Parts: sequence; C-alpha cells; structure tokens
Amino acid sequence: MTQKSKQMQVPIVQDILSANDEIALQNRETLDRTGICMVNLMASPGAGKTSLLLRTIESLRTKLRMAVIEGDIASTVDADRIAQENIPVVQINTGGQCHLDAPMLRRALHQLHLPDLDLIIVENVGNLICPVDFHLGEHLNIMIASVPEGDDKPYKYPGIFLAVDAVVINKIDLLPYVHFDLAAFRTLVTGMNPDVHIFEVSCETGVGIAPWADWLVQQTGKCQD
Amino acid sequence: MHELAITQNILKIALSHAEQAQAIRLTAINLVVGELTGFVDESIQFYFDMLSPGTPAQGARLVIRRVPARLRCRECGEEFALRPLDWKCPRCSAVGGTVLQGREFCIESIEVE
Ligand SMILES: Nc1nc2c(ncn2[C@@H]2O[C@H](COP(=O)(O)OP(=O)(O)O)[C@@H](O)[C@H]2O)c(=O)[nH]1
Ligand SMILES: [Mg+2]
Ligand SMILES: [Zn+2]
Ligand SMILES: [Zn+2]
Repeated sequence: MTQKSKQMQVPIVQDILSANDEIALQNRETLDRTGICMVNLMASPGAGKTSLLLRTIESLRTKLRMAVIEGDIASTVDADRIAQENIPVVQINTGGQCHLDAPMLRRALHQLHLPDLDLIIVENVGNLICPVDFHLGEHLNIMIASVPEGDDKPYKYPGIFLAVDAVVINKIDLLPYVHFDLAAFRTLVTGMNPDVHIFEVSCETGVGIAPWADWLVQQTGKCQD
Repeated sequence: MHELAITQNILKIALSHAEQAQAIRLTAINLVVGELTGFVDESIQFYFDMLSPGTPAQGARLVIRRVPARLRCRECGEEFALRPLDWKCPRCSAVGGTVLQGREFCIESIEVE
C-alpha cells in the first residue's frame, strides 16, 4: 500500500446500461410527442409472439392505427407474415445479438411515419433474460408464457416477471394435455408482481383475445392524453 | 451473447471515469450484480480481455459482487432471504413479496493508479 501511493479507488455507482437507458428515454420522448403507445413483447422462442401479434392486429385493425417492429436474430419470416396484413412493419436483424436495444429501436422508429400511428408493437428476440434490462422506450412490457413451457417459469426467470405490466398465458387450448397449474401460476406471479395484469388466451382458437385487445386499447388511450 | 454488449458498456463507463480521475491505468472494476437480474456470468472477463488491450484498462480485474435477493412479505412484513424455487414467506407462507435487494446491476467503483 505504501509504495504504490498513487493507487486509489474511485466510487461510481452507475447503472451498467445507463447509455442504453438514455437513448430509450429519447425514444420515449419521440413517441410521447405524437401520443403513440409502444409495447415491448417478450417471450421464449415459440411461445406465440407472432401469433399474438396477428390476433391483435385482427381484432384492433378498425380501432387503432398499428405498426410492428420485428426483432429477429437473422430471418425475416415473421416480418413477412405481418406485412401480409397490410400493417407497416420494420424488420430489425440483430446480427446475432440476443436482444433489441434502444439504438436499434431509434433506427426503426425513423423508418415509420409516426403521425399516422397509435400503437407500435415490438416483437423482441425470443429470450427471457436480457430483453428485460435493455429498455427501448416502451410504455408497456408484456410477457407471453405459454402452457407447454410449464408453470415454473417465474422461479427460473424472476427478473422478467418482476418487470412486466402484463403476462399473457398463451396456448390455453393445450391445458387438457399438459400439466400447468393455472391457479398456482397466477398466485406466484401476482405474489412477485402485485400490479401485473394476467390474461389467458389461445391464439389458436381466439379464446381470451377480446379482453386482452380491450385492455390494449385502454392503455393506448392513456398515451394519447 | 449479451455479455459482449454489457462488457462494452462496462469498459466505456470505467474508462470515462478513469479519465476524469486523471488516472494512467485502471487496475480493477468493481461490479454489483443482483441475483434476480439473471445476468452476467464469468464470461465477461473473457470479453473484457478481448476488448481492453490498447486502452488504460488493459489487464484490469473485473470483480463481481453478487447480491442475494431479499424480500419483504406483503402480508406480515417479515423480511427474508429468497430461497430458489420458493417464493414463500417463512413466517406466514404468503407467496411473493416486495423485492428489497437483488435487482442491482451497476459499477460500484473502479481502482486506478
Ligand atoms: N396449440 C396452440 N399453438 C399455438 C398457439 N399460439 C401459437 N401456437 C403455435 O406455436 C408456434 C410458435 O408460435 P409463434 O407465434 O411463431 O411464436 P414466437 O416464436 O413467439 O413468435 C406456432 O406453431 C403456432 O402455431 C396456441 O394458442 N395454441
Ligand atoms: Mg415470432
Ligand atoms: Zn441479450
Ligand atoms: Zn409473511
């Protein structure tokens, strides 16, 4: 300690993702200027993000002006599918990165004509860990948990369940075939996050989509005041 | 893969603070990572060793302090350490609770010379 007299400790206490947070805040301001609601949709691969998007577009097409931002590691399959619905869609290829980040979103927002929109839904990369921490400028964080993935996801990925505004339980048409204790799942999720909204849907049959879509309309309205 | 993006952020923040402190060399970076972030593993040292050569942070140690999760029961107010796969209050068995600690994800300090 004595001979290395110049050595010192510099306190910082700065969030590691603060640079991303700053750009997310700018994105948020851009959206707020035109009264647009942006939703960050997160889930494991195959949980039903694209399916829920398609169902949501189908039910809200006449009520809201929507656009979709598709995050995908490499392909454009989901974006192509959405484009068939005649909805503006921007594809972000993350080039291998496992999450979207705020600078990517900023570029995507530049490609949309914002005054024409009420709601932007972002399909994040299929992953339950880092998308939670890389804010985009979203107003709402939504997670899809699908029945075949099992009811123990909240134990394994507490971070996402603590962070989201709503959990959409998808593929409830499979409940008769797969062990998934809905009541226990609900108790655990609300115990972790008492403000969370929980929806039970099947994108296959369309069951439960109406309450989810109504809620989204209501939330979008809050961004327009 | 997100460890790469995260390590880039860590390096950038650390270097800018080292510069402000007019340091010549960065010898260590002290990180605080909460158990509930499910984030960083040891591979960030690997990325760090890849990204830092040629900067004042070359050769620096990354020291990760992991913060265990603590909850407060919303029913009875008991404070308790989270046990994996068990989000129950040890006193009244209510499920869940308010997170008191375990979601940290920051650089606490750097050591420079
Ligand atoms: N049985 C059933 N299958 C579904 C449901 N929703 C989606 N799927 C199927 O799950 C697979 C993955 O869905 P997709 O929307 O592409 O998931 P993503 O990877 O999260 O975008 C597809 O084969 C869908 O047809 C559902 O409610 N019930
Ligand atoms: Mg998809
Ligand atoms: Zn990632
Ligand atoms: Zn209790």
